[in-house]
Amino acid sequence: MDQILLQILNGLDKGSAYALIALGLTLIFGTLGVVNFAHGALFMIGAFCAVTLQRILNISTITEDPTKTDFLGNPATIKTPIVETWFGPEVGASIIDWSVPLAIFFAIPIMAAVGIIMERGLIKHFYKRPHADQILVTFGLAIVLQEVIKAIYGANPIPTPAPEAFRGSFDFGTYIGFEANAIIYPYWRMVYFAFSAIIIAAVFAFLQFTTFGMVVRAGMADRETVGLLGINIDKRFTIMFAIAACVAGLAGVMYAPINSPNYHMGMDFLVLSFVVVVVGGMGSLPGAVLAGFMLGILEAFASMNQVKAIFPGIDQIIIYLVAIIIILTRPRGLMGRRGVMEE
Amino acid sequence: MLKLNKSDTLLFIIVAAMVLLAPFILNPFPQGSSLAQMFNAGYPDLMQRFVIFGILVIGFNILFGLTGYLSFGHAAFLGIGSYSAVWMFKLLSMNVIPALILSMIVAGIFSLAIGYVSLRRSGIYFSILTLAFAQMSYNLAYSVLGNPSSNYNLTNGETGLQVYSNDPQYFASSGAPDTPHLFGMAMSDSSKLDIGSWQFTFNNGYYMSGILMLVAFYISIRIFRSPFGMMLRAVKSNQQRMNYTGLNTKPYTLAAFVISGMYAGLAGGLLSSMDPLAGAERMHWTASGEIVIMAILGGVGTLIGPIVGAGFNEYFKNILSKINDGILHQWLSFLPDGLENFIVGILHYFVGKGWHLTLGLLFMMVIIFLPGGLVEGGQRLAKLFKRKKTEDGSDSNNTPAE
Repeated sequence: MDQILLQILNGLDKGSAYALIALGLTLIFGTLGVVNFAHGALFMIGAFCAVTLQRILNISTITEDPTKTDFLGNPATIKTPIVETWFGPEVGASIIDWSVPLAIFFAIPIMAAVGIIMERGLIKHFYKRPHADQILVTFGLAIVLQEVIKAIYGANPIPTPAPEAFRGSFDFGTYIGFEANAIIYPYWRMVYFAFSAIIIAAVFAFLQFTTFGMVVRAGMADRETVGLLGINIDKRFTIMFAIAACVAGLAGVMYAPINSPNYHMGMDFLVLSFVVVVVGGMGSLPGAVLAGFMLGILEAFASMNQVKAIFPGIDQIIIYLVAIIIILTRPRGLMGRRGVMEE
Repeated sequence: MLKLNKSDTLLFIIVAAMVLLAPFILNPFPQGSSLAQMFNAGYPDLMQRFVIFGILVIGFNILFGLTGYLSFGHAAFLGIGSYSAVWMFKLLSMNVIPALILSMIVAGIFSLAIGYVSLRRSGIYFSILTLAFAQMSYNLAYSVLGNPSSNYNLTNGETGLQVYSNDPQYFASSGAPDTPHLFGMAMSDSSKLDIGSWQFTFNNGYYMSGILMLVAFYISIRIFRSPFGMMLRAVKSNQQRMNYTGLNTKPYTLAAFVISGMYAGLAGGLLSSMDPLAGAERMHWTASGEIVIMAILGGVGTLIGPIVGAGFNEYFKNILSKINDGILHQWLSFLPDGLENFIVGILHYFVGKGWHLTLGLLFMMVIIFLPGGLVEGGQRLAKLFKRKKTEDGSDSNNTPAE
């Protein structure tokens, strides 16, 4: 029992990332009808927003300390981050410590800008072209974005630690009545899961309870009619693209402490998120979220040693296997709507 | 000639001449000059890649160009072909013939199975299914099938599959070289010809791959011009209508998929024959993406496009990765110092290790402005010149062939 619970928890953090990326992909697909292969790159840019903020906060003034010398006899230098001189040493240190959560506020405007530029500058011109062209041009864009990041930040993963308070693990099992040390779970993964749950809830609430969301949903169902009613649906869809980019970016920001950002993390997640979208059903938001968590948890179960002993290598292929079975047996995915992407 | 019509015969002859004379054409600069180091491409390793990737993309074009099914997992067949060939080297002998035959057969079997399943869906679903199968093959080759301590070590994991001296090699004859060879002619052997300060290299492996590419090219022309090819084009333009007329399109698309899979297997086998080492990274999905890039760059659905695309991609990859800051400074030394440093500082990101960026940008440009690839670009140029009634443009159709 505790084993099963542990695997479900293990699957949750990856599942959250899949769900968030797949949610953004589905938003873009449902509104604009574009298959966005550059969505993984948006996830990566988000993670690098966290890296950038961390670097900005660590910009320091260098002063010499005449009382101490280093081993060569030169006066020792002291680096004082500018934040610490501004806000005082204690507040400054904690600001640096909390750089990853703070990066959320840093990332939102950047991701929104990237999203709008991408949609207005490039993807707009591809609405009328075949899906293959959309896939290819966004695939090219993904390569370019990835290489730009590589040129700026280098090819090595950059460690981006979580705040001190959330490092380490806690004994989750004792809270729900298991014996001690049965279920040990890192704090930050819990935070990540809670964060993604909030984001997902916010997106759904936005679509469900605001007038803007209502118009967007109407546009998803019948774009032409909404346009004929005198509503500028294109503008709203552009904003939805920006929101989808923000969702992917925030998923990346918070993922940075779990997996040190490197330039190809986007590509790694992209393939899996596409599989997630297809399993959930093209164009279905709840389907994307459900499939994201489901596949994350399945992957965790498949990497248990007991399972691997029976089916060697199953942990590597389980997601693809499930996707193949789903596509062949339920062509619309788990919760796909009728008439979406059926050729 | 060869049951081809007049223009196809001409095209085939031009390609054949270029393949056979490539050691001359690709070495326009004398040995040892600085231009030669940069732009000469007439050395065996690169020429082999030209023709081998040519075969691969010709095969991919039969699927994508004719039927419109965009496979994002073609590198899997390349990898499968490579592994099969190395296994033949390990088990039988270093002769390349059984290796190439087996790599085609195994890739054919795999593409039959994968195609049978994937072709039940079309459009983006097909792309994702092939992608999923390719990633499955890649992951398996890296983990379970590549773990030296497991019972199913088929691929040798990260080290890559290679031939060891204690391998059985049941049919190895005593006099044969211990590198891949064709009845005693080692693939890595070259003969050199010195004319003045020029040096030309004629490599056995290149000529064997080149001739195989010509065969592959010939078969692809025949497919393009056959009723079978017509059927595939009909699938591309409107599959539903084909189904309504009571025709089952599945056998046709499946045949195209298997043919292109076997082409990829042959290319993989040839890669292993040139250098008997097969690694799983050949199957990674970015490798599949590169195949797509080559096909698009050249021009999808045209005969010459795949060869142009493969050659262009490999050649520029080679040149761009060779240019470094020092060379840029040398080229731009006529500019004032500040401007020179500024331009070099910018160009720095596009050359050397940054060649991916340049090719990525180029790929996007081609898709946005030139959906027909470089071949369409050549045709447009030709039209432009014809309108001005100059004869200069008459051969610009063929200039991008290298």
